[in-house]
Parts: sequence; C-alpha cells; structure tokens
Amino acid sequence: MKKLLIPLQGDYIAPRFDLATEILIVRIEDGTIIGEPRTIIMERPSDEGLCQMIVEENITDLICGGIEELHFNFLEWKKVAIRDAIIGGWQDALQLFLAGTLQSGDILPISTNSHLTL
Amino acid sequence: MNRLMVAMSGREGEQVRGLHGELVVRSNVGNARGQLYQQVLKTREPVSESGDVLNCYRHKVPVQYHVSHLSTEKNDPVGLLVIVEETSALAYHNDKDTSGYSVPELIGHSSKMQKVLDLIPLMAHTDASVLITGETGTGKDKIAEIIHKNSPRSRFPFIKVNCGALPLGLLESELFGHVKGAFTGATRNKPGMFKIADRGTLFLTEIGDMPVPLQVKLLSVLDDRQFVPVGGEQSVSVDVRIIAATHRPLREQVRNSTFREDLYYRLNVLHVHLPPLRERENDIRLLLDHFLEKFSSALGKKIDGFTPSALQTLLNYTYPGNIRELRNIVEYGANICKGKKISKDQLPPYIFEKQTESPVVPVPPSIPDQSTSVPPATERDKAGENSGSWVAIERQMIIDALKKHAGNRINTAAELGWGRMKLWRKMKKYGLIE
Repeated sequence: MKKLLIPLQGDYIAPRFDLATEILIVRIEDGTIIGEPRTIIMERPSDEGLCQMIVEENITDLICGGIEELHFNFLEWKKVAIRDAIIGGWQDALQLFLAGTLQSGDILPISTNSHLTL
Repeated sequence: MNRLMVAMSGREGEQVRGLHGELVVRSNVGNARGQLYQQVLKTREPVSESGDVLNCYRHKVPVQYHVSHLSTEKNDPVGLLVIVEETSALAYHNDKDTSGYSVPELIGHSSKMQKVLDLIPLMAHTDASVLITGETGTGKDKIAEIIHKNSPRSRFPFIKVNCGALPLGLLESELFGHVKGAFTGATRNKPGMFKIADRGTLFLTEIGDMPVPLQVKLLSVLDDRQFVPVGGEQSVSVDVRIIAATHRPLREQVRNSTFREDLYYRLNVLHVHLPPLRERENDIRLLLDHFLEKFSSALGKKIDGFTPSALQTLLNYTYPGNIRELRNIVEYGANICKGKKISKDQLPPYIFEKQTESPVVPVPPSIPDQSTSVPPATERDKAGENSGSWVAIERQMIIDALKKHAGNRINTAAELGWGRMKLWRKMKKYGLIE
C-alpha cells in the first residue's frame, strides 16, 4: 500500500512546500484510492513540521511544487519517493500518479487547469 | 520571461504561458494567491517587496520583487511588469557590514541631511581640503571616512589623528614623526602620520584643539607638501589630502586668536556642516529602527520595536549627544529588554530627568533664526543649567503667547504645545494667576 501526500494551495499543488498550509493525504492500493482522501489544515506553514508529519504518517510518496534541497534530501533518505517541481491541479496530478506517468518537473495541461482557483 | 528568469525557474517562457505567475516564480513575498498583483492592479501604485525565490536547483535565492502597473497612453491598464532582482551579493555584503565598521552607512532623509549627502560625491572627487563642523556625535568621522572611500585615494590609507588628545610635543612627533635620538626615548626613527597617510587621506579630528605652534607647522605642510620630522634635517615630501573636523566654532576661535586665520582659510576650502539630530526630526525614527535592528540581531534577540509611550519619549527627547547618544540609548534598551518591545521603563532613566529640566531645546528667544543657526554647546549648556534664566524665559514665553491670543488659554496652550492643565500650573507657578 502507498500513502501519498500533496501540499495544496486552492485547487493547485502548492508552489512551495515550505509555505503550504493545506495537506492532502491519500491511501492507494493497486492503483486505486482506498477510502476518502484526508485533508489537513496546518496552523501555520512549516517545512520542518511537514517533514515530521510525513515521517509520522509513514508517507511513501510525495507530490509537490518547489522544495528546498535540505528537505528533499532528508525525505529521500527517509525512503519517500518524491515528484517535485510539478505545476498543475492536484486532481490531475493524482490521476497521472495513479496511472504511473507523473514525473518531476511536469507542467500539467493548461486546458484542464483553466477552471481551477489558486 | 527573460533569460535570467528562465535560468532561475528552470522553465521556458513558452512552457508556462497562461499559468499563474506565482506557480512558476515560487516566491515568499506575499503573492501566494496573486495578492500583490491584485493590489498593484487596483491601486496602480508600484510595490517593492524583499523575500526569496525557490529556484530550480531547490535553493532559496534572496530577491527584491518589484511589481509595476503598465498602461497605455490613454491610461488603460495593459498588465503588470514584474522585476525579480537577485540580491544574493547584496545580502552577503550586508552580512559583512554588521561585523565591522569598514563600510560606513549614512541614514538621513531630512532635507538638511540630503544637502550633506549631495555634497559627498563632489567632495570625494577633488583633492581640496575639507572642513567638517557639527556638534559632537553628529557623524563627522563617518562623513570623513565616506569621502575617503569614494575618492580616488581609497586604495591608500585613511589615517585619523585626534589633535585634542595629545600634548604639543607628542602630537608633533605623532604627526610628523621623529628621527632616532631626537629626544630622550627616541630610540628609532618613527614615520609620522603624514608619512603613513602618503597618497591617502589624513583626518584631523578636533582640529580646534590643536596647539597654536603646531598650527603653523601644519599650515606650512599644507602649502609646501613637505615637512621635516622632529629632530631631522631632511625634508620629506608627501601627497596627503586633509580632512579636518571640529565641534568648536572655529570662526570665533579665529577672532579670539586661538586658531590661526590663515590655517582656517586653508582648511575651509570645502565646508560641510552636519546638522544636530534635533534639527533632523524625521530621521530620529529611522535611526531608532536602524540601531534597534542592529543591536537586536547582534544580541540574538527578537525585538520588534518600541511601545508607543517609549517611542513618544524617544521622539520628544532632544539628544544633546546626537546620534551617539541615540545609539547608546537604543543599545541600553536592547540589552535590558526581555520582551518583544522596548518599553518606557527599559530606557535609561537619565533621559526623563533631563526632559523635566529642559522640556524644549533651551535656546534663548533672543537668538535670531533658531531653525538654522546652532548655538555653541557652551551657550546651550548654560541655558539648561541656569534654571533661573530659563524660568524667566519660560514666564516671558507664556506672557507673550497669552498676549498674542488675547488671554485665551486654550489657544495659548496649543501654541506652546502644552495641555490646558500644564499651562494653568505654569501660570500659577509664575504668579500669572491667583
């Protein structure tokens, strides 16, 4: 089973990991979502706090926008698979992740993003 | 997007066309949901914020973020111009500044200070002597250092000599050097400060305290560009620019024959007068914030500012010691402060004592044009210390103001900057009311 975390900003993946205050956690098994995705609102943005949460929640995969090298290396060391520098809506990103085609640095097609709010 | 932004974001312009700018730039300048852009579009006022950007190498880069409104000739909005200026080099420079005094900083937005700042580039690009006057603590040394640093002589030494600190014989040896055996204890040749400052700048501070016999020798050096060391036989040629400073009224000293007139004119080629802090009211707040930031970071504290009452006290204080005193007051407060703001009881107690003794700048009304002329320190001190004369002046001030307003106490109090109760108390004190 995989446990995926996405920092959010509105309908988008938060452009910066360290400034995100809204988090989505999704449990995935055999390419399908199990249960309802969970949303967590953080009291204040904190990259350290987010790293701690990822470790405590046993997150296996992370989809995010910009992330600092220090935290990137730490999470990789903790065996978290990271796809970073992604621009686009979180739902599109989740679909691509489930299909196994999401890669770091992807910009998701604009036409599907047009209705999204930041 | 220009090439630098492409390099920073790791995205080509075509790739990100039509996307929210902030998703690409990834800054922390408060534009997370385009708030800054919205603000500029709405107010049409340009905004400049400092912060950082997370670049494509996962590094935070300090930046200055400028957003300006773009419009057509008919003033129709077209869009926004966003300039992201990388300030890493500047941040590094500033970090170095806090450790040493090597790069001087000048803070001042008041008109008097602006005049001084405007003069600096002109003075830096000439070799003429400069005379800097101003009360103690106004930054005479700082100005001298800045002039040197901006001059073509900046690669050569900047030597400072305090002419008031040494007796005649020692000062002569200090300035011009001596040869071995010139006097008891002169066991070796010593180059004077003039020689050490060769091709650079010699800053003579407290020039007004220089003994008269030495003034003659200094004058001859300035004229001939050569001198003979104490006890020496051969003259030494030097190429030194002189900057002199004093807090004394040199013109008066010339009249009293304690300062040579010819030297005065020789030094007074370019003259800068630094205004005292009480004439730079707008700058007090700037300086308070500057020194608070400096000391709180040096002490590793997170002090946000001053409480309103402490700030009011500091803004009303007359600072006889000028910026040096202000700096010390802030340092005191920053050391004592345990919370996030410096409160009134964390300021040095003496500033309250002084304020009750002399609530306003004690300049006698008889002195014409108070705003521009600065009375010598001695005069001001006398007025402050001699409470008898101040009492008389204050009484007269009240009478004059009452006359002017036909006895109307509300208007009188307003003119004097007092409350009605204070005016009533003062009138009672001076027997102007039964």
